[in-house]
This record gives sequence, C-alpha cells and structure tokens, in this order.
Amino acid sequence: MNFLKRAAPLAILAAGQVYVIVSGGFDLSVGSLITLVVVGSSMLSNNDPNATWWVISVMFGIGLCVGLINGLVVCYLKVPSLIATLGMMITLNGFVFLWSGGAPRGYLPDTFRFFGRVNIMDVPLIRMLPVALIMLVVVGFILYWLMHRTNLGRMIHAIGDNPHAAQLAGVPVNRVRITAFIISSLSAVVTGILLGGFAGVSTDVGTGYELQAITAAVLGGAMLLGGRGSVPATIAGALTLTAIFTLLNFLGLPQPVRQVVQGLILIAAVALAMYRRKRTGQ
Amino acid sequence: MAPMGPEGMPWEQYLVDEMADTTEFASEGPHTVCFSNAGVNNPWRVVGYTNMTEEVALHEEIGEFIHVDAEGSDDKQIADIADLLAGGNCDILIVSPNTTAALTPAVEDACEQLPVIVFDRGVETDCPVTFIHPVGGYGFGIQGAQFIADNVDEGANVLMLRILPGVDVLETRYSAGRRILDEAGLNVVGAEFTDGDNANTKSIVEDYLQRGTIDAVWMDAGATAVAAVEAFEDGGYDIPVFVGEDQQDFLQKWNDLDMTAIAPTYPTYQWRTPIIAAVRILAGEPVPGPEWVLPQPAITQETLNNFIDASMPPLHYAMCGCEEMPNYPQAWGGVQ
Repeated sequence: MNFLKRAAPLAILAAGQVYVIVSGGFDLSVGSLITLVVVGSSMLSNNDPNATWWVISVMFGIGLCVGLINGLVVCYLKVPSLIATLGMMITLNGFVFLWSGGAPRGYLPDTFRFFGRVNIMDVPLIRMLPVALIMLVVVGFILYWLMHRTNLGRMIHAIGDNPHAAQLAGVPVNRVRITAFIISSLSAVVTGILLGGFAGVSTDVGTGYELQAITAAVLGGAMLLGGRGSVPATIAGALTLTAIFTLLNFLGLPQPVRQVVQGLILIAAVALAMYRRKRTGQ
Repeated sequence: MAPMGPEGMPWEQYLVDEMADTTEFASEGPHTVCFSNAGVNNPWRVVGYTNMTEEVALHEEIGEFIHVDAEGSDDKQIADIADLLAGGNCDILIVSPNTTAALTPAVEDACEQLPVIVFDRGVETDCPVTFIHPVGGYGFGIQGAQFIADNVDEGANVLMLRILPGVDVLETRYSAGRRILDEAGLNVVGAEFTDGDNANTKSIVEDYLQRGTIDAVWMDAGATAVAAVEAFEDGGYDIPVFVGEDQQDFLQKWNDLDMTAIAPTYPTYQWRTPIIAAVRILAGEPVPGPEWVLPQPAITQETLNNFIDASMPPLHYAMCGCEEMPNYPQAWGGVQ
C-alpha cells in the first residue's frame, strides 16, 4: 500500500503526459507546475484550513491557463512543443522563485494534505487504504475513459499519427491538441496536490518529474513521435519506474552507482519494449 | 571552552584569541562594501543574506553595499570578483566562496588590491584579513550523535540520513557522527542519501520501518526532518530520538509531539559577522584573525522555547541572532 501511495503522483502525471505524447508532442512544463502548485498553495492558504477548497480551485485554474498557453503557443505560434514547454518550465520556475523569495513561506493545512498524506486505517483485508490510491483509481479511470472510450481519444491518436490526414478527415486539430496540453497540466495539478500532501512544502518538489513522466509513458509502450500510447500501460510504466527506484534504494547502493544502474535499466527497458513491438509487428 | 566577546551576541564572539592588525586599512567613511556571494539558492542562504542586509542597515559608515550573486557557479563568481576589482569602487571585499579550490586564485588576486573577508566556506590561502566561520561540520556531527548515544541503549538501531555525497561540510558532519555512533556500540542500520527532498526522505524512512525498528534518526541537515518525523507519525510508530536542525518547522514539530530531540546548528548569524568585521577593519580596529571562529550552539530541550516562533516561515533558521533587529520578523518573511 505504501508503494502504491508513493507511485500515485507519478502515475497520474504520466497518465496526463501520455495525452500530449500521443498527440505528437512533449510537455516539459509539468515538473515546474507541480512546484508552483505546492509552493503557491502554501503561500495562498496561509495556514488557514478553510482556504483549502478555494486554493485548490485556484490551482486548477492556473493549471488550465498553463495548459491553454502551452497549446496556443504550439498551435498558433508554431513553436515546437519541446521548446514551448521548456520555455514554460523556465518561466514557471522563475515565477516560483519570485513569489517565494527562494524559501517556502508557509505550511499546507492538514485539510489540503488530506489527499496525499492520510491513510484510511482498519480497512478490511488490506489494513490501510491511502487516499492517494483512491485518487489514482478515480483520476486514472477518468483519463482511461477519455482516451480509450471517447471521440476525443480517437482524435488525439489520429493527429499524433498523421496530423494532415486527421485534418482532412475533419478533426479540429488545434482544439484537440490544446485539450491534450490542458489535460496534462491538470494532471500535474493533481500530482502537485498529492506530493504536497505526502511530504509538505519544498521549493524543488517537482524537479525531474517531467522526464520521469515521459519515461513512464515510454515504458508503457507509448511512441515518442505520437499516434500510439495507452493510459493503463503508462500507469503500469509509472509503477515499474517507482518499483525500480525503490528497489535500488533497498539494495543500499551508493548514490552514484544507483544513478548508473537507473540509467542503464531505463535504456534497457525501453529497448526491450521497442524490440517486442517490432516482433509483434505493430 | 567559553567564547570571548560580548555576552549574548554570539555573532561577535570568537573562540580563538588571536587578533589581526588592521591599522593599515583605516580610512574615512562612508565606505563602499562589496560582497561576492556564492548564491542565494537555498533557504539557509536566504535567511543568512537577509541577516546581512539588515546588519548593513545598522551601520551609517557604510555608504554603499554592492552585492553580486554568483548563482551557484564558480565561473560566474570568479568573473564577479574580477569585475568588482576592475570597477575600483570597493573599499573592502567580502567573499562567500562557492567552492574552495576554484575560488582561491580569485581571492588571492583581490588580496593584492584591498582588504578581503572570507566567510562560510573557506579558501586555500591565508591572505584574507580574516576567515569567519563557526566551529564546523565535525562539531555539528558530534553534537547530534552524542545526544543519540546518551539517549538510547547500546545496540540500538540508528538510521542516518544525508543530503548528498561529496560536500565537505556535510562529509565532516557525517564522519564525526558515524564515528561517535560506532564507538558507542550502536547499530547503524543505514546511511541514505535523500537529495534533500521531502518525498524521498519520507519514502526512505517508510522503507526502513517496514524492515525493522528504528530507535534513533541522525540527519546531516534538518530541512527534511519533518518529513522523516511524519513517516513515523503516519505509520503509527513511536517517534524515536531525533537529530534535526534549527528550522522552525522541526522545532515546532519537536515541541508539538514532545519528542526527544536535539538541533545542532550551522548558525545563520555568521552572515552578520562579515559586515561587523568590515566596519571594524575600515576603522583600523583589530578583528579576530586570520580565523574568526564563531561559537556554534545546539538547540536543546532546555532552550527550545526561546527559538520557537510560529509566525516565522517553516524553513526559517532559528539560530539567526536576528530577533532584536529592527525589521524582525517581516524582513525574514514572518508575520508580525
């Protein structure tokens, strides 16, 4: 249960990221958006437990704006998503620094931390049920349903596969692409709420998450150039990634060795996934 | 060892009684004080730099205070120092080096032109008028480990949490702490790197708790101490003996949960001292040198209440020596 609780933030983030990847792009801004959510929430809520709900709403509002801007820049200014979201990442990092002055200025109230921190105890069979796991199941299902059971999901696949063909077939390419960026940003907001809840405020909480999310999606078989990817497989990829990190921690290897092993495992895992895809001819 | 200097003002005290003669630097004010800063890139340095600017405001003799931020880069800091020297406006230069070896030549160059004060991390030359620093990493490591040894039984399980390898002040904290724990016959179940990340820290402690009991936790820095405490809290375990640091959030947690704990410090008040030294040097008054070793007190159960202030931000370093300064607490991000 602890493991699933720990993996939940990355799994949700990766499940959002896979929307952008399938549509043929990258979203590198999610890590800094997570940091913004955690630091911003602590600044806004000002230790007031009653502020939680409006603060969370504001954060979703910010997420919506970030996703919208990412999408608009990619679609209308024709900036490649790698650069557009890299710019957004740097901008948001700077903004967090400006806002917080380099050190967090407040705590997150317990009502905010509920989602990422609390375990519901004495549940039959499994002893404890982390709220974060419930969040993962709910958000994971919504993202699965949107991607694999609705028209939106089919259109995202279509524009990632061949945007020109999709346009000719009547897919509103820009609108779909923007929606994918918005979904990714909103999932980053959820991730930020869970991470802030799990471990409290720090000014570098989101660092590195964007690449982990992309790695998880690729481990789950998503194609980096778009057109292919699955939400459940991405979540499985995130669980695998977290399992690898936890295992390496358990083995007690020194940090530099751990990083070498981590890197090699990632390359090997993705190479294996590619090899199997080739053999199955898909 | 009792420190010398004014009682109750540790930022003006010194442990080694050797003075540097500064009569050759005496000059008329107002002075221009230049400061090449390694960075303001972590909460400790944010608090420290605030101490420094507030100290500057206390001295009318300082006409201008020029601060250049190297943003954690050796190259930038070397260039910064060269620029300050070329500008010719500085009467005195304060340097907080980013890394020791890389900044040594730049500091040597500066020494030839004007009086230099180095503080926090050192350089490999004795040309500065004084090098200001607290007792240091060994003292920090010993205070915490000795507290653990005094408060648990022989053979008890101790988890050591470290930020990252290869930083000299952190390595010295660890090596001193480790040695004390080993000599006391305690069982160090692990020494883990947390990257200074809350989520990582909490996860690591949770993992250890699944594998066995932990009777004490030693940390080389306290920024993630609360996350480590929470791992025990959330899993329903008793909180063991804890070594944290002087961050407000840890002190409050310690008080709220009535923990058995100690908070060694690397005092941020050391950022006040260079300004005081600069003013004295430019007045031709002697200052402790070539090393000005500041006392490095730990916060204990007895003194805990003096340092708790719920109006301060979570990562405010309580051993700041700043409570009596005019703009406290707003300048440090506190609410009045």
